[in-house]
Amino acid sequence: MPIKTYRQAINEAMAQEMRRDSTVIVIGEDVAGGAGCAGERDAYGGVMGVTKGLFPEFGESRVIDTPITESAIMGAAAGAAQTGLRPIAELMFMDFLGVCFDQIYNQAAKFRYMFGGKAQCPMVVRTMAGAGLRGGAQHSQNLTQMVTMVPGLKVVCPTNAYDAKGLLVSAIRDNDCVIFVEDKFLYDTSCEVPDELYTIPFGEANFLREGSDVTIVGISNTVHKAVAVADRLAAEGISCDVIDPRTTSPLDEEAIIESVETTGRLVVVDEMTPRCGIAADISSIVAEKAFGALRAPIRKVTAAHSPIPFAPALEDAWMPQESDIEAAVRSVLEYRR
Amino acid sequence: MPLDKKQFLQAYRTMRTIRDFEYRVSDEFGKGNIPGFLHLYAGQEAIATGMCMNLDDDDYIVSTHRGHGHCIAKGGDVGDMMKEIMAKQGGSCAGKGGSMHIAAVEKGMLGANAIVGGGPPLIVGAALSAKTLGTDRVGVSFTGDGGSNQGTTFEAMNLAVVLQLPAIFLFENNGYGEGTAAGYAVGSRDIASRAAAFGMPALKVDGADIFAVYDTCKKAVKHCRGGKGPIAIEASITRFRGHFEGDAQAYRGADEVKRLMKEMDCLTIAGAQAIRKKLATRAQLNAIDRDVAAYIDESAKAALAAPGPDVSELLTDVYSSAY
Ligand SMILES: Cc1ncc(C[n+]2csc(CCOP(=O)(O)OP(=O)(O)O)c2C)c(N)n1
Ligand SMILES: [Mg+2]
Repeated sequence: MPIKTYRQAINEAMAQEMRRDSTVIVIGEDVAGGAGCAGERDAYGGVMGVTKGLFPEFGESRVIDTPITESAIMGAAAGAAQTGLRPIAELMFMDFLGVCFDQIYNQAAKFRYMFGGKAQCPMVVRTMAGAGLRGGAQHSQNLTQMVTMVPGLKVVCPTNAYDAKGLLVSAIRDNDCVIFVEDKFLYDTSCEVPDELYTIPFGEANFLREGSDVTIVGISNTVHKAVAVADRLAAEGISCDVIDPRTTSPLDEEAIIESVETTGRLVVVDEMTPRCGIAADISSIVAEKAFGALRAPIRKVTAAHSPIPFAPALEDAWMPQESDIEAAVRSVLEYRR
Repeated sequence: MPLDKKQFLQAYRTMRTIRDFEYRVSDEFGKGNIPGFLHLYAGQEAIATGMCMNLDDDDYIVSTHRGHGHCIAKGGDVGDMMKEIMAKQGGSCAGKGGSMHIAAVEKGMLGANAIVGGGPPLIVGAALSAKTLGTDRVGVSFTGDGGSNQGTTFEAMNLAVVLQLPAIFLFENNGYGEGTAAGYAVGSRDIASRAAAFGMPALKVDGADIFAVYDTCKKAVKHCRGGKGPIAIEASITRFRGHFEGDAQAYRGADEVKRLMKEMDCLTIAGAQAIRKKLATRAQLNAIDRDVAAYIDESAKAALAAPGPDVSELLTDVYSSAY
């Protein structure tokens, strides 16, 4: 099977869906680039090159460069989704959610329900999240928790190229507004990705490692840190279940609960601030539904409760690191009542 | 009053300082000494300089992601800025902000902003406090052509008109927002007339001409201080560098940058004009160039040698008091 990067897999999902369905469009800032310029068109293909090549193939009626105008981009996508298109709207950095959130959470998310099931909003918001690139307080945040809490939105956080393609195809075909959170750190990672179209259903977790001592749940890039820790600890005879929920809404609660029922111990990792986050949410679900199985308090490994600092040493301290995950795993194992 | 001899030399020094600062951080970035993203102001120096020379220390400005020049022009400490951009102790923002959040709050430079369109509403607030507190301060938002299209900018202009606030909306039209031309993204084509449609006067100026920028900004500041409400300025200019350092700029025409760097270099234009007007001699300008070069070199070396912030500072300054 061919090896593709996360970037290529996402690009291929869009291109193949656009060929299959002429109502799929891409809209955002510099999704092609070069509009109105003397030089090349498609000069960017998105700031990370993820939409590169779509413009030459599908043209300016389906790959639409916009002014800097997030609120109108999201609103236009939502309105178009209600009226026959399947827009993929790009929000360059997830941090910019603040500029356009109304159109997403008050509009796109609510059409179907508010209008008694008579409207729909089949749109995808592709966005990019994650710290560690020294982007500072306004270009580094993962705000997955903010969208996950909104009824009506579906939220996808692919962690590898294979999942990214299958989940994006599902997102494009879905009849609800899907927030597709790409992790900046993963664009150049690669794995086997089929050339054919395929879908991965939402709400089905992926087990990356199977073990019996501790359950580790990770979101986005933290899954890879969890796997690295699990592999290191395996050498000491500590075996971990590592679960990637892949979608935070819907969430595969069953997979997590089943795992905790075997291991009795849970460490949840995300790269978000600790209050009201995904780790907090999963912890509460497990505390409620698998309390009897727990042999130690649940441990959350999250970022610090502060804006994201610029200086590398501070940012590294802000982010959950493998050493933090390892310490949490050891602490739940050592816990005695 | 147009720029006199003394003022001209000051303007030239500020512009040269910004230019050298930007080229030095570009070099240091290339050597791996600067983390994160860098957006340089090279080419646009006359705009920040001509505006800020008309402001006092207690007037306010807000800036963009391309904020080093605004910060220097408003009197920010170059050494502290260099440290900030290199993420060092003693940096203007204690190493927590970086290039995109460079600030000199004590000088009324209320911050660079990594959210395009983040600044204009903030300057409405600064102008509101000036009006409410009865000071004669004015607020200036520097915004790009790209930022001129953002909803927040439109809302800010309208509110400033409604409340008749001493705010100057200074649009730096450098032709591009990232890789998209202003000619495509600004639907009205003309940023000034669109601002005027909100109900304020709007001026246009050649942003490469420090004399013209200075005069235009002087009028704008006088208008605001005179209690006549907000005013807009559109300054046309070009960007010498990519959108960010590392931008291949395939969207620009062949030789476009080279040509514009020749035709629109505010420093070359200023030097030639000043000599013609007998405001300065070549020798005086050369002396400033040498002086500034040494100053920037010293600042960069000090920043390179400084230690990074201590990890214990991660959770300080999240709130105003113990939390
Ligand atoms: C809300 C928001 N949208 C998009 C971006 C990404 N971005 C950063 S700078 C920029 C272009 C800004 O263009 P302009 O306002 O003309 O300023 P210039 O870069 O030319 O100085 C874009 C799109 C951002 N930082 N914030
Ligand atoms: Mg611009």
